[in-house]
Amino acid sequence: MAAMIRFNNVSKFYPREYEALKNITLSIDQGELVFFSGHSGAGKSTLLKLIVAIERPTSGDISVGQQNIGLLRRSAIPYLRRNIGMIFQEQKILYDRNVFANVMLPLQVTAFDTKTSASRVRAALDKVGLLNKEKADPITLSGGEKQRLCIARAVVHRPTVLIADEPTANLDSGYARDIMAVFESFNQVGVTVLISTHDTMLLDTTQHRVLELDHGKLVA
Amino acid sequence: MSSWLSQHGYALMRALRQLAAAPVTSLLSIIVFSIVLSLPAGIFILLENLREISGQATDTQQMTIMLDTVAGQADIELINTQLEKMPAIEGFLFISKEIALQELKQESGMAEVIHNLGQNPLPDAFVINLGHMSANEIEKTQVVAQSWPKVAHVLVDTDWVRKLDAMLEVGRLVVIMLASLFGAALVIVMFNTIRLQMLTGRDEIELSKLIGATDGYIRRPFLYFGTIQGVVGAALAWLLLYLAITKLNEALSELARLYATTLTLNHLSWKDSLILLLFSGTLGWIGARWSVARHLSQIDHESTVS
Repeated sequence: MAAMIRFNNVSKFYPREYEALKNITLSIDQGELVFFSGHSGAGKSTLLKLIVAIERPTSGDISVGQQNIGLLRRSAIPYLRRNIGMIFQEQKILYDRNVFANVMLPLQVTAFDTKTSASRVRAALDKVGLLNKEKADPITLSGGEKQRLCIARAVVHRPTVLIADEPTANLDSGYARDIMAVFESFNQVGVTVLISTHDTMLLDTTQHRVLELDHGKLVA
Repeated sequence: MSSWLSQHGYALMRALRQLAAAPVTSLLSIIVFSIVLSLPAGIFILLENLREISGQATDTQQMTIMLDTVAGQADIELINTQLEKMPAIEGFLFISKEIALQELKQESGMAEVIHNLGQNPLPDAFVINLGHMSANEIEKTQVVAQSWPKVAHVLVDTDWVRKLDAMLEVGRLVVIMLASLFGAALVIVMFNTIRLQMLTGRDEIELSKLIGATDGYIRRPFLYFGTIQGVVGAALAWLLLYLAITKLNEALSELARLYATTLTLNHLSWKDSLILLLFSGTLGWIGARWSVARHLSQIDHESTVS
């Protein structure tokens, strides 16, 4: 199967000589579901940020699909991100609008027409089980529902890659299982899914590939 | 095309919603624009009115030859012949002392005083239309006319027009300087307004960038906001000046009536009104663009290092 994401000797240094990633080389196939594990500060979030060009590598090459991220001009980054769905550790829900409007945002950004957008938003909400809450204020949602809202927002524009940074953090095991089931369902329809987590219970039970980071190095 | 239109329609709606969301702040900002624009625009209107008066005067450069009170018909005919021989002048008119007295009685409202004078104090005169003669030609014509017999005075009263023109030029520079200075102030006001809006909406901006929004998408509603505020501010300034001119014209017409003349101030022409709206809209746009560019790069930098 073709590689969707490639890292070739990628390192990332932050100011004051802090080395977040050291010579990472890896390849993730199209349609694969991969976990990145490791303790806090191991470099999981940095690795995911490099894929969506929130960060740029200090050295090495990264490619997503056929695009070399290192060669992308700043103006081309938005178009890269439109092919990737991202679930952020800090959720980034907008509390000044309802659930529907939150999920609509990626479609507004890409100028989808209103009718198509509305049906896509409802489809995404239906997929994560939030269709009956489309008019709800996000503040009224439970922790698991908020996370599902973030997933709906990440998949509404039908990306080829889905990235989730600690999606089950702060969720009890029941909610965590629900969330993982949603990711599995997207992966089954061909979406490449990358999940960073330090949830050992989740990692112990998974059948998918787990890449472990330790102090910025890929150890397994 | 429809996608481009829908993006702009969305940005315009967002800008209007932003204006409606904080009506008092928006109104205050618009009032600041209108007051700041009113001063240079008001001076400009005054200068344009003065320029019109000066223009009318320079368009009809005149020389008046006043004859001696003892001048007879032969002297008048001689001067008439001399003037006919001068191709540089556009025309001339003889005004006899009797006609001049009659006009003075009618126009000045001093009929009773003049009646009591006993004899006509006015001289016969030739009013010469000099057209667009240069200052040198006028001077030469004046010297020649002065040498004719029975000519008492030759008056060329265009010096005041030149002085007025020089003053108008100074005024024009003052307007340009004021407009530049106040324009810079308005750009700074808009910069700050947009800065506050971006701080308030920072979460949405950050998220939008992460999910694929271009800088143009983020910038657009703020540019519409700045431009709308600028244009509405200019429209309000236009209205304030219109009211001021209407009020001034009432007072001026009363004053002019006392001097048996007419005097009215004109408002900005349609062309100048349009320029005022475009100028102010552009200032709003520049302030917004500058602010968004600066704060977007700041957000980019902070989200990278965080």
